[in-house]
Amino acid sequence: MSNSSLAVEAHDLVKVFPRGHVRALDGVSLAVEEGTILGLLGPNGAGKTTAVRILSTILSPDAGSASILGHDVVKEAETVRRIIGLAGQYAAVDENLTGRENIRMVGKLSHMSGKESRGRANELLDAFGLTDAGDRVLKTYSGGMRRRLDLAAALVARPPVLFLDEPTTGLDPQSRQDLWGVIEGLVAGGTTVLLTTQYLEEADRLARDIVVVDHGRVIADGTPAELKANLGTSVVSITVGGDEAMVQKAATLVASLSDHPPLIDHHVVELTVENGPKVGADVLRTLDAAQIPIGGLALREPSLDDVFLNLTGHKSEAETDEERAARTAKGAKRRASQAETDGRDAA
Amino acid sequence: MTAITVPTIGAPAPAAHRLRWVFADTLTVTWRNLLAYTRIPEALFFSTLQPIMFVLLFRYVFGGAIPIPGNVPYVDYMIPGIFVQTVMFGAVSTSVGLAEDLHKGLIERFRALPMARSAVLAGRTSADLVRNVFVVLIMTAVAYAVGFRIGDGAPAYILGALILLAFAYSMSWGFAAIGLAAPNSETAQVMAFPILMPLTFASTAFVPIQSMPGWLQAFARHQPVSVVVDGARSLMVGGFYHSASSVWYSLLWIGGLLVALVPLGVWRYRKTS
Repeated sequence: MSNSSLAVEAHDLVKVFPRGHVRALDGVSLAVEEGTILGLLGPNGAGKTTAVRILSTILSPDAGSASILGHDVVKEAETVRRIIGLAGQYAAVDENLTGRENIRMVGKLSHMSGKESRGRANELLDAFGLTDAGDRVLKTYSGGMRRRLDLAAALVARPPVLFLDEPTTGLDPQSRQDLWGVIEGLVAGGTTVLLTTQYLEEADRLARDIVVVDHGRVIADGTPAELKANLGTSVVSITVGGDEAMVQKAATLVASLSDHPPLIDHHVVELTVENGPKVGADVLRTLDAAQIPIGGLALREPSLDDVFLNLTGHKSEAETDEERAARTAKGAKRRASQAETDGRDAA
Repeated sequence: MTAITVPTIGAPAPAAHRLRWVFADTLTVTWRNLLAYTRIPEALFFSTLQPIMFVLLFRYVFGGAIPIPGNVPYVDYMIPGIFVQTVMFGAVSTSVGLAEDLHKGLIERFRALPMARSAVLAGRTSADLVRNVFVVLIMTAVAYAVGFRIGDGAPAYILGALILLAFAYSMSWGFAAIGLAAPNSETAQVMAFPILMPLTFASTAFVPIQSMPGWLQAFARHQPVSVVVDGARSLMVGGFYHSASSVWYSLLWIGGLLVALVPLGVWRYRKTS
């Protein structure tokens, strides 16, 4: 019944968290072809993590079904656990153990022999540049080292299917690049990866296909190129001097320069366009002719927030109560990601 | 990391294998928990210091003011009580440790591994049992230094200590359930205390219940801490306190607690997501 070349399949997954009466997943379907990377994109609370937790057998869906390499995640959970690896912001490593001990623990709990898990620990520490730090307690690790170890721990049993839940959130650009290289290497070796991320750039670089979710629903899917074609390639951000009426007037004037309606946030009007520099110049001319004071003008790459603004028309404000309660660190991470986006554009 | 080798896909392991994995996985988790204890030497030091201070406190401060029946020194009377108090308070670390594992995401990783489900709780409670063995050894040494003497011979003393350890183990499962129900590790600690305090102090651990009001005596006489302390005291102190029936009664309580608290912990673990 299932297509044999699909490593991950999900049909109409529904998950309701009773405490917050939140439909974390409201009919999500997706498929990942063997040996490829699928990027699952969405804002906080969109349902990305819930989807990964269902696919990795941690949670049971309330409705719908999913399978990994043809094995049902509910009925054959035990088999599924032997063929998946899970890494990411919430599948933690043990802070009180050393890197080597962490890997050995996962090896033993994956029912490898002591000798096998010791050998695997050496291999993985070496592959992830952690040999020198291998016998240090994790508390002394940097964020990047911890993420590498986390990924290493997920690879102990050589799983053919890998779930990476926001693997690079909060990492510095260099560590992120390094991790991307590792993930690409794995996929080149035949591993199938489902990756959740908030970064369009990350999905763009790694994923062959992208699924965008918001409020527990799939709102767009396609290749990165397809999604970007819908988005435009840059955002023109105009800071308007003067009162609200002036800002409105400016937005009306520049609206014709973009296929997407302008978005207004206080004194800033933003346009998502194909040709940033040209539109920027047009904006200056248009507003100057109308004698509207311009406080500033900037060009930047579209961020994931722009994807959501354009796809849904609203900013992603709703984090589910359930996720908020369990994951208090998210807000900070989100702000960090925004700061990073800004920093990148300034550079 | 080339070709994907998946030798393990197929039918789930047969029952005999499963049982072996339950045991092996429990050992691995126990090892991890014990290792974690040694990585925080400060915690190890102060959690050892606390019971020593309690021994000294009850021996030299309160002990003189508490009249007890039977011709035994108070230091002998209090030893089973102070053991039970220490392992009960120590069981809070079961709650705190599990709450931490849960909220830091370690249990999330465990759930995605092909390990035995029961090993997370069994490994935690086993590690606490090992810790309690050390605590009892240290406290015995300290008690000896301040005048305690074994009443009925070493084998009886050891049997008494085993009863206390078995009781602590059964309670660990209950405290595990509390830890899994707590929203965070700090709250886990606060949640454990309302259960700990009345059980530990409204008991025969430190004072004879005859000094309590009648309504409290009924509770204090039959609640598990008293019963277990009486059973252990019968073996560890003997003489006036010897009572075979209280030993059997304490074993009955421990069995009952295991039957009730192990499924409670497991249920709570399954429910936690």
